[in-house]
Amino acid sequence: MSFAPRNARLRDLALLLGMAVAAAAAYYAFPDNLAFATRVIIMMIFVLSLDFVLGVAGITTLGHSALFGAGAYAAALCAAHGWSEPVLGVIAGAAAAALVALLSGLFLMRTRGLTLLMLTIAVTEVLGELVNKFSDITGGADGLDILMGPIFGVLKFDFRGQVGYIYAACALLLVFAFLRVLVASPFGLAARGIKESPARMRAIGAPVYWRLVAIYAIGGAVAGVAGALSAQSTSLVSPNVFDFQLSADALIMLILGGAGRLYGALFGALVFMSVHQVAASVDPFNWLFIIGALLLAVVYVAPAGLLSLPDLVKRQLRFSR
Amino acid sequence: MSAGLQVRGLSKSFGGLVVAREINFDLAPGDRKALIGPNGAGKSTFANLLTGALTPSGGEIRLDGRDIGRLREAARVKAGIAKTFQITTLFQDLSVRENILLPVLERRGAGLRMFRRADGDRHANAEVEALMAQFKLQPFAGVRVDELAYGQQRLVEMAIALALKPRILILDEPAAGVPTGENHLITDAIAALPADLSVLIIEHDMALVFKVARSIVVLVAGAILVEGAPHEIAANPRVRDLYLGSGHG
Repeated sequence: MSFAPRNARLRDLALLLGMAVAAAAAYYAFPDNLAFATRVIIMMIFVLSLDFVLGVAGITTLGHSALFGAGAYAAALCAAHGWSEPVLGVIAGAAAAALVALLSGLFLMRTRGLTLLMLTIAVTEVLGELVNKFSDITGGADGLDILMGPIFGVLKFDFRGQVGYIYAACALLLVFAFLRVLVASPFGLAARGIKESPARMRAIGAPVYWRLVAIYAIGGAVAGVAGALSAQSTSLVSPNVFDFQLSADALIMLILGGAGRLYGALFGALVFMSVHQVAASVDPFNWLFIIGALLLAVVYVAPAGLLSLPDLVKRQLRFSR
Repeated sequence: MSAGLQVRGLSKSFGGLVVAREINFDLAPGDRKALIGPNGAGKSTFANLLTGALTPSGGEIRLDGRDIGRLREAARVKAGIAKTFQITTLFQDLSVRENILLPVLERRGAGLRMFRRADGDRHANAEVEALMAQFKLQPFAGVRVDELAYGQQRLVEMAIALALKPRILILDEPAAGVPTGENHLITDAIAALPADLSVLIIEHDMALVFKVARSIVVLVAGAILVEGAPHEIAANPRVRDLYLGSGHG
């Protein structure tokens, strides 16, 4: 039998180990850029969430920042009201974003295609307006400044961002491991089935609508983790977290890396953020041109993302022989 | 209480367009019945009314005496009705094995499991292996279904439906689009179906229908024109005129 779950588990463990080593290497290689590296990691988590929702399950969304923002505000409000322990804040952020995804998913998942796309944007706009409206609680347009306590009451955030980086890297490893397990599970296989053919999934007895709601809520929880980490690492949250640009950037990162495989989310976020950092330092006004050109090149040459390039090259070499 | 499927007075209309008119239909356990009719006769609509993909405007559908006419599609699958699609509707990005594993897991109620590998369920794997053996798909187990020949894709369609362990299997044009040279794959697979399974075949290929069906129902403009044994249908002048053409013999 060619089933090899044990081998697959070993491969996943090796992959996680490799990621941990890469994170450690980055820690020592860029000691003065840990704040940027932390931002990259947070975006990786956010794009992983989008990959699960869009790449794996096929839920088209341009409103993922709604879930990021919900997580960020939940964590910030926790800190502002005495719950300054960061891990509790992340759990609260994940729970709040999952709740927003669950409630909005109950009506969003009844729609598809362009309607769904528009409605996801609408949900983000509504949340952004609510934050402005309830300024007594949220700080309105000024946002909230927060002071984080030590992690587990022991590890304090430092000015160089070392603790923040390690904390975010640990969160990334946990999220990645969780999503890998989920995608390989019967639930994950069904999510892939729904992306391929909702009609066939219904015909095999799967309650497609409820599965989509569950997938969206889980993706929301992961996006909430990213939002919470973002608020904690910058000690600030503002209505910018609901920006459409954030959702669009995450989508570009996913397309760059390649959707549906989880690695693509990591790679796409790394490439986008790095190119952004370098291009913006060279030309602060026209850096988007570089990102646009890169996106065009990837979509044209490797529509399945940069991670598909080795396969494409191999196929090309085989063809030219 | 009668066993099998009983349909009484089943109707469906879209506005003023009537696509199913007062259909009475029975399918006993182990039956092999074919539903034929010209294009637009309402054959696929009838199948979709049975599976719950369409909601009937009137009438009732009973399975082993139980009224299933108001159940949703997923609930009817659990009640024992499965269908293959007229246009191949597989999970194109998944392998043959995964395509068959999905319905097995759903039927076993494992679709919500999140922390065990899908390919780690011994019993489900054994079922998948047995189905691949039944449809001679083992050599393609790890192959993405969109890389298979069309005839084999139709076999995967049937394997998916059978993975649901149905009591009623509806094959909606199982040979549609299959090259003539691969037709035997379909007839062999139908012949090898479990004897106690009730099978309704909707098909245009008359050679296949006459080979596998024990009785034939002719549907015209949403209503049953005639029902009978294959030789009776072949000899029926109204069927000859309306559907088979007077040259059939």
